[in-house]
Amino acid sequence: MRLGREDVLHVAALCRIALSDEEVEILQDHLSGILGQFEHLKEVNTDSISPMGHSGSMNTVTRDDCPVSPLPTEDILANAPRREGDFFRVFPVLEDH
Amino acid sequence: MELFEMSLHELSLLLQEKQVSSVELTESVLERIRVVDPKVQAFVTITEAIARQQALQADARITRGDAAPLTGVPVQVKDLICTEGILTTCSSKMLGTFVPPYDATVVKRLHMQNSVLVGKGNMDEFAMGSSTENSAFHPTRNPWDLGRVPGGSSGGGAAAVAAGESIFALGSDTGGSIRQPAALCGVTGLKPTYGLVSRSGLIAFASSLDQIGPLARDVEDCALILNAIAGYDPLDSTSIPGARPDYTKSLLPDVRGLRIGLPQEYFGDGIASEVEKAVMDAANVLRMAGAVVETCSLPLTRYALAVYYIIAPSECSANLARYDGVKYGFSYDAATSMWEGLEFTRALGFGSEVKRRVLLGTYALSSGYYDAYYLKALKVRTLIRNEMDEAFQHFDALVSPTSPTVAFRFGERTSDPVSMYKSDVCTIPMNIAGVPSISVPCGFSDGLPIGLQITGNHLAEETILRIGYTYQQLTDWHTRRPSL
Repeated sequence: MRLGREDVLHVAALCRIALSDEEVEILQDHLSGILGQFEHLKEVNTDSISPMGHSGSMNTVTRDDCPVSPLPTEDILANAPRREGDFFRVFPVLEDH
Repeated sequence: MELFEMSLHELSLLLQEKQVSSVELTESVLERIRVVDPKVQAFVTITEAIARQQALQADARITRGDAAPLTGVPVQVKDLICTEGILTTCSSKMLGTFVPPYDATVVKRLHMQNSVLVGKGNMDEFAMGSSTENSAFHPTRNPWDLGRVPGGSSGGGAAAVAAGESIFALGSDTGGSIRQPAALCGVTGLKPTYGLVSRSGLIAFASSLDQIGPLARDVEDCALILNAIAGYDPLDSTSIPGARPDYTKSLLPDVRGLRIGLPQEYFGDGIASEVEKAVMDAANVLRMAGAVVETCSLPLTRYALAVYYIIAPSECSANLARYDGVKYGFSYDAATSMWEGLEFTRALGFGSEVKRRVLLGTYALSSGYYDAYYLKALKVRTLIRNEMDEAFQHFDALVSPTSPTVAFRFGERTSDPVSMYKSDVCTIPMNIAGVPSISVPCGFSDGLPIGLQITGNHLAEETILRIGYTYQQLTDWHTRRPSL
């Protein structure tokens, strides 16, 4: 099964990545080729098998509720692409209509 | 022999006996970097000034008489492990200017021993790749043949250790990213049990698979490094509680009575004949040393690649959702709306392999496909883990090739992602099951190194270290150095 242009654009919209027309075409090929490699998983009988999210032996790890000092605000904001005072400046959220 | 060529355990003794100072050793390594790195390009950042300062501190500690095994020894750290105040890029344009406000736990642990940071290692962008060709900055070249890849994603670490540009390196292994480059560059690389080493401060790729480990000159070095970095960490909720053993105690030149399995699925089709021959020869060395070596079968191995390339991209699509151009990293400046800002930040900040995997993972998790891909992969993962558990009822360790081929040429696999993904076919099952595995040099084909992979049961690092150590007492492949 080859993914259509719309399939790739739908997934790209879900993960918020803008793609050029050329990228869409290449990804149609590449993703279809990779998904084709997954087909043979269907032959494995997994009825009544539990899914395994990770290989560790612990589940639902919680730590003691002890407050610790956070990193200084200035250290956190040092990497911000845009800031205003002690805040991150975000992209415009409300658009003009 | 030059200082930069020696093993960590040899240098550790020389330092503690004050026959060599950390300043001398560090200068030897920095000079080597200056001479060969323009060819090898194993670093994203070289931290010369920091290294000189840390070498002085290490020498002071040695003079005080309380040196640890890694005190004064130069290390390169993969560029996805956070270093406070030092650029940490993941070899991505997205994090091209990112300076972490804190150290990863493994870096704190290196500081506790006063090792000397010489720089940050080049890698495939966000650790996605098997050749280091996906670095947004430059590829790293294999010191054994500059026309070939060093493997990946920890290609910078493997190449640096092979070329004498560092005494050891820390890498990360999600599907083979320590072991495969170790094999291709002729060094020793260990992926510990999932949860043995803290990942706090490791920039996440696939959280159920990622693990930090050493790349070094030999098995003894790996044991010393593992002693330094392994340990429970409350900052990593997947960290295994409890104390860790002294791994150097497992360095016994004795494999008598150990049962070693040769899984037939790791041989034959797709495995280069020279690689297969070298691995079979290595198995014979272990047999002659008294191990009981028998063939075995792990039939579900053939599904591991598919399981991995569903799970890892799915997890990466979630982990990389944090790159939104707001908190840190690259940001598209000309956006007039939130969605445009997000979509173009990610379009321009990520390279093509990262985009491919984020899209693939998003597809596998999307409505209508989740059960068929992601959930199915998690169920087959259970079966693969069960099959491996079963194998370890009969065997103390499994041996196989690390990589199906020796180092390949630049560009050979970049146009076809599936052929690149198959580079990891021998290493992926261990990440899926979470078991420890080490690659040791076991021969050459046309002047290019071959790796032997030794895999143990959960938390059986001591067994694989013992087997690897015994093998290196009986062979000298790990002592060969490339001429540059």
